[in-house]
Amino acid sequence: MIWIIVIAVAAVVLLGAGLFFFRGGGSGATPPLQGTPRPKPGTSVLDVGDNKTAGSSAGTDLLERPSADVPGEPEVEEVEVVDEPVVKPTFRERLAKARSAFTGYLTSIVGRSVDAQTWEELEEALIRADVGVQTTQDVLAAVREKATADKVTEGAEVIEILRAELKSRLSGFDRTLKLADTSPSIWLFVGVNGVGKTTTIGKLAKREMADGRSLVLAAGDTFRAAAAEQLEMWADRAGASIIRGAEGADPSSVVFDAVESAASRGADLVLADTAGRLHNKSNLMEELTKVRRVAEKGAGTVSEVLLVLDATTGQNGLTQAAQFTEAVEVTGVVLSKLDGSAKGGIVVAIHQQLGIPVKLVGLGEGADDLIEFDPDAFVDALLAVE
Amino acid sequence: MFETLSDRFEGIFARVRGKGRLSEADVDEVLREIRLALLEADVNFEVVKSLQSRIRERAVGEELSGALNPAQQIVKIVMEELTASLGGETMKVVPAQKGPTVILMAGLQGSGKTTNSAKLAMWFKKQGRNPIMVGADLQRPAAVEQLRTLGRQIDVPVFSEASDPVAVAAAGMIEAKALGRDVIICDTAGRLAIDAELMDEVRQISEAINPTYTFLVVDAMTGQDAVTVAESFHQTLELDGVILTKLDGDARGGAALSVKEVVGRPIAFASTGEKLEDFDQFHPDRLAQRILGMGDMLTLIEKAEEVFEADEAEKAAAKLLDGQFTLDDFLDQMQQIKKMGPIGNLLGMMPGVPKEVRDVEIGDKEVGKVEGIIHSMTSEERAKPEIIDGSRRTRIALGSGSSPAEVSQLIDQFKQMRKMMKQMGGFGTKKRGGKRKSGKKGKKGRSSGGRVTAKGGAKIPKEALALPGLEEFEGMPGFPGIPDLPGLADASDE
Repeated sequence: MIWIIVIAVAAVVLLGAGLFFFRGGGSGATPPLQGTPRPKPGTSVLDVGDNKTAGSSAGTDLLERPSADVPGEPEVEEVEVVDEPVVKPTFRERLAKARSAFTGYLTSIVGRSVDAQTWEELEEALIRADVGVQTTQDVLAAVREKATADKVTEGAEVIEILRAELKSRLSGFDRTLKLADTSPSIWLFVGVNGVGKTTTIGKLAKREMADGRSLVLAAGDTFRAAAAEQLEMWADRAGASIIRGAEGADPSSVVFDAVESAASRGADLVLADTAGRLHNKSNLMEELTKVRRVAEKGAGTVSEVLLVLDATTGQNGLTQAAQFTEAVEVTGVVLSKLDGSAKGGIVVAIHQQLGIPVKLVGLGEGADDLIEFDPDAFVDALLAVE
Repeated sequence: MFETLSDRFEGIFARVRGKGRLSEADVDEVLREIRLALLEADVNFEVVKSLQSRIRERAVGEELSGALNPAQQIVKIVMEELTASLGGETMKVVPAQKGPTVILMAGLQGSGKTTNSAKLAMWFKKQGRNPIMVGADLQRPAAVEQLRTLGRQIDVPVFSEASDPVAVAAAGMIEAKALGRDVIICDTAGRLAIDAELMDEVRQISEAINPTYTFLVVDAMTGQDAVTVAESFHQTLELDGVILTKLDGDARGGAALSVKEVVGRPIAFASTGEKLEDFDQFHPDRLAQRILGMGDMLTLIEKAEEVFEADEAEKAAAKLLDGQFTLDDFLDQMQQIKKMGPIGNLLGMMPGVPKEVRDVEIGDKEVGKVEGIIHSMTSEERAKPEIIDGSRRTRIALGSGSSPAEVSQLIDQFKQMRKMMKQMGGFGTKKRGGKRKSGKKGKKGRSSGGRVTAKGGAKIPKEALALPGLEEFEGMPGFPGIPDLPGLADASDE
């Protein structure tokens, strides 16, 4: 470790100096922007960060509208939510319109007898659904074997075999959300940036409150600007209480406080938000491990660690799941944003290779759009031929 | 970023490189591997197909008939095609001819629009502009609050009000004019491409503000769908470019390869970290080089240029090559380098740094440890680390909260590095036949004229520059050796 730093410093010093010899030699420096002045080499980018606290200059303040405006906004939205019919969307209904892109392949397959092109098209369809090259080849090898054994000749039959194969690969997982034997239970939400952790907690809070559980939300994302405010608005909507710390506070202590608060008021469940983090940043992953450890120091027990995964994620989803599992023992996946054109094929690999089931699915922005994952409906939607 | 793709290509080319000629079967094998690698990297299926056929056509056709090294040719072809797919040249983001430069940020939920609005504002600030940010995301709870907080951090005003997004955007234009702001960055709510209502809303926003640039913000981790999303947004908004975010993850970022090819719009900016300064223009040629394991030297040079003062850097390098480099100098330089970003990221940009090294994560903690050790030394010890004996070492270890072994390790490495650099300097000096020692002293402050004399008394030997001590890496403990670099010779011959 140390030697790498030593070498890196030396290398960069040489590079830095060399650069000026080159530049000084009059060779055309590449201007990054035409027609705008370049910053002086000496002006440090970091100055801005240092001004953090002093940053709210007069200019900014002038523009700040009365802050009452901001909390006003979401209420407008809430009216819409309330106005929606109470009927929960079914998985099938919600996915139906998103699948159109792929039916082309399957329609073509269904109409023909099996040939080399059938397999190519199946491969293409699966890869396009983000199932991944390896899993696709794996699945198709099994399908092919069965098709040969059964002497299948029609494209439609191959698709049925594929359907059964995918369903069997997703079956046999326990998808219930667990509560600890003694309250409070803690459900910890983790994931990379922007996957929808806070929103998922908001939706889930509303659902659990409606089921008669008493909740405390822990605003453990102390990094992203206004993350706590965002969760607070969800807490208000759901009528749950929330514990938050200062921006930049230790997330472990915020979660710990929330658990203590839940224990003291006899609440059943703590939903703990965490800051989004890329799974390859080991220091941030260590922080997460600590959050989980500290969460159990008091009266509570972590009974679920839910990895929120954006359904548009490609092959990196598998790495994410593996890394987060290593850090905090993920117990389930929440597949968010599965409405739209997302396909989420990566969850097949996550089930298969890591044995982690998808437990919840986010199908929209409304508070009622978080529902249980139904593997059969998922596969059917993936292979919809209509 | 893109490590795995590079590794994969390195593997393929290592096999091909050994051969004198490339048969058609070889080309097919290479292409199969390239296809797999690209698909696993989430490059769009169609893009992979077209890349593959273009590479094949060129590899099997005219060029392979030549007697030149076929492996080199393949590398060259693949790189050229990758670069073309990524968008050819760096996109020129120039301010509007008259009136303010207006920028519209659009994208899916969670792609990073708000954060990157602030990063872009900061980028414009560095160009000497006066940006304002307009918060037209009234959908996500606290999105405006997030923008305001970020605005305070970078000292950029933020405008928003509780009305509807189109009205906010329009009012933001007026506000910007009143405040004399020349860059307006409009953040919008995340929306799905299939949500007709919201897509219509963003179209109305676009009509209201008539943006100079419309950027689609795309998550580097996006899978096959990236292209569909970009296409839909392009249909609605006529995109000018893409901002690729979360490139500091280990996603292979095939989205970047696909978008330009399918939508015909380049990646303008890339975001490479959580800090607001981790953001820069996207350089497709560099990325293609990087994918092929050739490092990202140009980015590194640009970063260095921002951070280093010319004369200081000269002085440090001169000292380094003279063997006069002290631990104090080392500490100084480390402070400078830290401004360029995490040292681990910098290593990733250097060509030929093997995966094992790139993967070692060097966090602030490790750097802090090294700093701590040096801080615990007396100035005499820093100037002459040779004098550090057992008892001094124990004292330093205690003072810095590290182990004596770590202290020795640092000192040993430092000495070894110094020796190495001195040899390198000596070599260069001899070759150029000049004494490179003096020259530099007292030249401070003359940043323009006096940098380089025609004679270049202190000119860094080219071999030292071309690649900072690459072969020397091999001398370091536990170092697996540097793989032969495909095409590097080509690159440096330019």
